[in-house]
Amino acid sequence: MIATAVIAFFGGTIWTVVYSFTSSGLLPKLDWVGLDQYDRLWNTTKWIVSIKNLALYGAFSLVFTLVIGFVLAALLDRKIRFEDTFRTIFLYPFALSFIVTGLVWQWILNPEFGVQGVVRSMGWTSFTFNPLNDPDIVMFGLLIAGLWQGTGLIMCIMLAGLRGIDDDIWKASRVDGIPSWKTYVQIIIPMMRPVFITAVVLITSGIIKLYDLVVAQTSGGPGISSEVPAKYVMQSMFGGQNLGQGFAASTMMLVSVVIILVPWALLEFGGRKRG
Amino acid sequence: MRDRLDASGPRGTKPKKVFSRRNIVLYGTLLIVAVYYLLPLYVMLVTSLKDMTEIRMGNVFAPPTEITFQPWVKAWSEACTGVNCDGLSRGFWNSVRILIPSVILSISVALVSGYALSKWKFKGSELFFTMLLVGAFIPYQVMLYPIVIMLRETGMFLSNFDPLTWTRQGVCFALGPLSECDGTGRIQLFGSISGLVIVHTIFGMPINVLLFRNYFASIPEELFKAARVDGAGFWGILFRIILPMSLPILVVAMIIQVTGIWNDFLFGVVYTRAEQYPMTVQLNNIVNSVQGVKEYNVNMAATLLTGLVPLTIYFFSGKLFVRGIAAGAVKG
Repeated sequence: MIATAVIAFFGGTIWTVVYSFTSSGLLPKLDWVGLDQYDRLWNTTKWIVSIKNLALYGAFSLVFTLVIGFVLAALLDRKIRFEDTFRTIFLYPFALSFIVTGLVWQWILNPEFGVQGVVRSMGWTSFTFNPLNDPDIVMFGLLIAGLWQGTGLIMCIMLAGLRGIDDDIWKASRVDGIPSWKTYVQIIIPMMRPVFITAVVLITSGIIKLYDLVVAQTSGGPGISSEVPAKYVMQSMFGGQNLGQGFAASTMMLVSVVIILVPWALLEFGGRKRG
Repeated sequence: MRDRLDASGPRGTKPKKVFSRRNIVLYGTLLIVAVYYLLPLYVMLVTSLKDMTEIRMGNVFAPPTEITFQPWVKAWSEACTGVNCDGLSRGFWNSVRILIPSVILSISVALVSGYALSKWKFKGSELFFTMLLVGAFIPYQVMLYPIVIMLRETGMFLSNFDPLTWTRQGVCFALGPLSECDGTGRIQLFGSISGLVIVHTIFGMPINVLLFRNYFASIPEELFKAARVDGAGFWGILFRIILPMSLPILVVAMIIQVTGIWNDFLFGVVYTRAEQYPMTVQLNNIVNSVQGVKEYNVNMAATLLTGLVPLTIYFFSGKLFVRGIAAGAVKG
């Protein structure tokens, strides 16, 4: 069974990469066309928009998830009451699917009845907050929902990391009169490097997969302003019957994962040898 | 700091004030954040209990003046997706039919594999394991289409495997309600629930094998050796020693698998046809269908209904859910 999985993963991957160099359309066929599909891919506006969108979403998502996740974990770690209740509240969105997340936020951000409507009905009639219908900021509309769903997980991981830090360090820094924010920045965060690496890998692999949320919340719109690479792949493979493009685009996704993973593997396993 | 200690004054620890500035800031922040996280759940609930006239007049945050359960009934049994107008109930039962065999199959396969990889190491087992973990990072999109072909070919291979019809029908019967066998006993894996079950099992392998392997690695080697001396074999040790000790990890793996499979959208869209769509896919089709007037209350009731299964698991499993996440996070 392990063999089956390994064959499915690697056999499938190699198959896709090979066929990305062919002119496969409706059906896969082996006629070598070299880099033609990639050439076409990088000359397609929709793909370029997808990449830009993902880069924008990815950068903000990574920074905000790490910051919010860490701050929430640090707050919960300050020996507060009702810690369990707060943790439960912050984490429950993670149990929900991206489809559910996308649909709820689509409704909350609805210009007529949602946030914009509420503020306008309070008298501020020129108030505009309509991210899902504004091509310039639609990715931030997705970001709001994405952060809502995903920060709880990172908070949990950070909390586990904070709990693993020796109490003596806190005592020592208190004796030396170092303010706690400085202790966090200069001592605790560097100590939590492995936790941060895990979190970064988790967040980035999630970002590259970004698909369900877009389908549910905006369907790529307005126009093509919230398209993402995963959606481009699906569209060319199963919608446009343009298999070669789909294979080329998914191979590019694979390349981006490899680019992220190699430095991570070096950071994690390079230098010190583990049993 | 030192000045304060030297000064004569009240001794002993300072009594803690409940309303210190630190506490107000701390709890204030936490409360505001909590409101942000709870808001969508609240909005779903109140919207699903309003009728359409009230929704058109008010805003999403206003509580319902008159509570109606009609949207829930409609979402469950009448809402339309394409040609079918039997609501989410169809998707719900599809999801259950997908979920149960997927969870059982993927966990048992991963259990045996993890056990073999930690206690019955063979030549190349470490390499196998490493490859499996690396495989977990490959984007699904790269493997989607090859797996379509694999499923189609395997189904055809199984169908043509035995010339005797009774054997085919035997296989059909064994796969039972999972596979869509036509009258001739032809087996279809692509576009069927059984195909999706296989896909979930394969894609669940890395994380689950990792979980079980690491857990079994902590079981003392002496126990294992003693059992071998007593003559127990691969399966004997598994059933009599390993399995009774694995309850905690089984629960963790189950939580990960159940929420993961229930929430899956991508595989459901690709590997099933409209009649077998899981609930998550059907939900998206109901809410984002372009035809007709948008019934927001029905949509939100449908959304809440779909979220109910993972939410229930989350609230009841509490600490175990957190443990499951932490265990899953080890690998990423």
